[in-house]
Amino acid sequence: MYRYSQFDDEFVRTRVAEFRGQVERRLDGSLSEDEFKPLRLKNGLYLQLHAYMLRVAIPYGTLNSRQMRQLAMIAERWDKGYGHFTTRQNIQFNWPKLRDVPDILDALADVSMHAIQTSGNCIRNVTADHFAGAACDEIEDPRPTAELLRQWSTDHPEFQYLPRKFKIAVTGSPNDRAVTRAHDIGLRMVRDDFGKPGFEVLIGGGLGRTPMIGMVARAFLPKDHLLPYIEAILRVYNLAGRRDNKHKARIKILVHETGRDIIRERIEAEFKRRLAVFPGIDPQLMEDIDASFRLPEFIDRPQDEHEGLLSSDPEYREWAEQNLTDHRQDGYRIVTVSLKAIGATPGDATSDQMRAIAAIAEKYAYDEIRVSHEQNIILPHVPLASMPGVYADLKAVGLAAANIGLISDIIACPGMDYCSLATARSIPVAQDIAREFNALELEKRIGHIKVKISGCINACGHHHVGHIGILGLDRAGVENYQITLGGDGTETAAIGRRAGPGFAADELLPALRRLIDRYLETRLDDRETFLACYRRLGEAPFLAALYPDNPRYAGEQL
Amino acid sequence: MPRKFTPKVITSNDLLEGDVIYLARDGEWVRDIRRAALYDDENEAISALACADSHRHRHVGAYLADAALNDEGLPDPVHFREVFRTRGPTNYFHGKQADS
Ligand code: SF4
Repeated sequence: MYRYSQFDDEFVRTRVAEFRGQVERRLDGSLSEDEFKPLRLKNGLYLQLHAYMLRVAIPYGTLNSRQMRQLAMIAERWDKGYGHFTTRQNIQFNWPKLRDVPDILDALADVSMHAIQTSGNCIRNVTADHFAGAACDEIEDPRPTAELLRQWSTDHPEFQYLPRKFKIAVTGSPNDRAVTRAHDIGLRMVRDDFGKPGFEVLIGGGLGRTPMIGMVARAFLPKDHLLPYIEAILRVYNLAGRRDNKHKARIKILVHETGRDIIRERIEAEFKRRLAVFPGIDPQLMEDIDASFRLPEFIDRPQDEHEGLLSSDPEYREWAEQNLTDHRQDGYRIVTVSLKAIGATPGDATSDQMRAIAAIAEKYAYDEIRVSHEQNIILPHVPLASMPGVYADLKAVGLAAANIGLISDIIACPGMDYCSLATARSIPVAQDIAREFNALELEKRIGHIKVKISGCINACGHHHVGHIGILGLDRAGVENYQITLGGDGTETAAIGRRAGPGFAADELLPALRRLIDRYLETRLDDRETFLACYRRLGEAPFLAALYPDNPRYAGEQL
Repeated sequence: MPRKFTPKVITSNDLLEGDVIYLARDGEWVRDIRRAALYDDENEAISALACADSHRHRHVGAYLADAALNDEGLPDPVHFREVFRTRGPTNYFHGKQADS
């Protein structure tokens, strides 16, 4: 994996030292909150409902065991013994004290990590397919591109004060696991007519209060044109993006208001100018980056123990069926470690769990760990020969939940349990859904489904792209939940449609039960997923199930 | 028509810890809403808030929050957000509920 250069290291250390001084000046009264707030936000420090929150960048969700152990140490020493992995592949600490934050940042710098550009109107942490380098369908590993973008965007002088925050996601596979169509820029690797890899460039996607699916700015961009082209997009946005209204400042609004063709032309014109003066990427740099993502040496080893357990241990078999994904290499699997044990807080891991994951990665899995935007942990390269050991060690720390892709594998933002912007809670909703369907033993029967929950219109829980999306709102001082149906975050991306009136907290679970029952009754067979069934039948039967007493919806029976 | 003023407390977050705090009658910042001063009068509330803003090295982001007297004659939060702020998160026994 990529290691910080001396430049990165010095830059991060200097920033920590600066911030230490700024905290001191805030504490001794020489800085007011108005002066201090932008400075702390530049270092990922937010103030939430009950405490400060520190958001730490995990570039493209990639960690090694040393870094994971350090996160565990930080959680234990300065927080409450756990961390929250987010939909942006980052980690958040929910209880740091202001005085301790510079020490935390120093501890992060010790393992080449930081919290820079995790807030503010700049280019945020670049996210990538969490199966990068391991996926069977991959054209090329997207991480060298993500790393190049990380280096280029870190402290980029021109793009520190954009109209609004800016998110880039990259995938190297045709199956989009990085939600590229819901990002300001999404990069999807494709091949040209000659088989050469390049990118399909999507712009103007995003969720939040105005959800939009990104449009294709370029159907094929050669890889070596990437930086000037991205710079061209950012330039056009930086100059023309709205600064008069925060809610209209994202690039998606610019694209929408200006028109796709005009935006495309402007980007192309700017691109030409930039390409003319672009010296090209230093080949040595690119070589170094590529080298740091070289795949490990895979070895063939006997899998007898794994095979044996598959037939003798039903729990092991279930876990293997649900949480393992095929690897590009025979004899290997990608392991998804579920952070969604029934009743747990989606995305949370305790220090002990983080250390266990670190130890497993080190012992069995080439020291590679990923964080997925679905708030799970990935061990990308695990030999089947080691799988029994991995399973046993995960189980020992409560991390063997066999529910990846099932109804309890929910994305949920922190919501009103932590977030000061929230209009309702999301975590208890996720906990209740998981408990309910697990108790009914329906999870396996329902099969593949994506439930995503946000605690406000900002949509950090990606509810718009959930097959079932849930948005928590405040209706006259009471928590109320609005359901959207048919969203999809993959290569067939779609924004879910709002079903109808929201549900009070105690009405939500029964409504979801009716919705799921309708699906189970009407699906063609158990291979037809909820989303496929919804697409085939349209929304009417599902709305009728949600609102049986509302004549407007209930009339439309099957 | 202007909305009728409803009683308010002044609340903020502690500068060092981020913990939720309230302004008490004697001008102290306290962690328990039951010790907070309740303002029935809008002008009084606004000037108390302005004064609270001047303790800027003690807290972050003071504002007025609806509160009502409970059976014991002490202020209770009205909105659910403020109820959570008096307790802490609901997914773990952390924050105020654990400290008190
Ligand atoms: S969606 Fe809203 S409530 Fe949830 S984390 Fe984002 S801002 Fe907070």
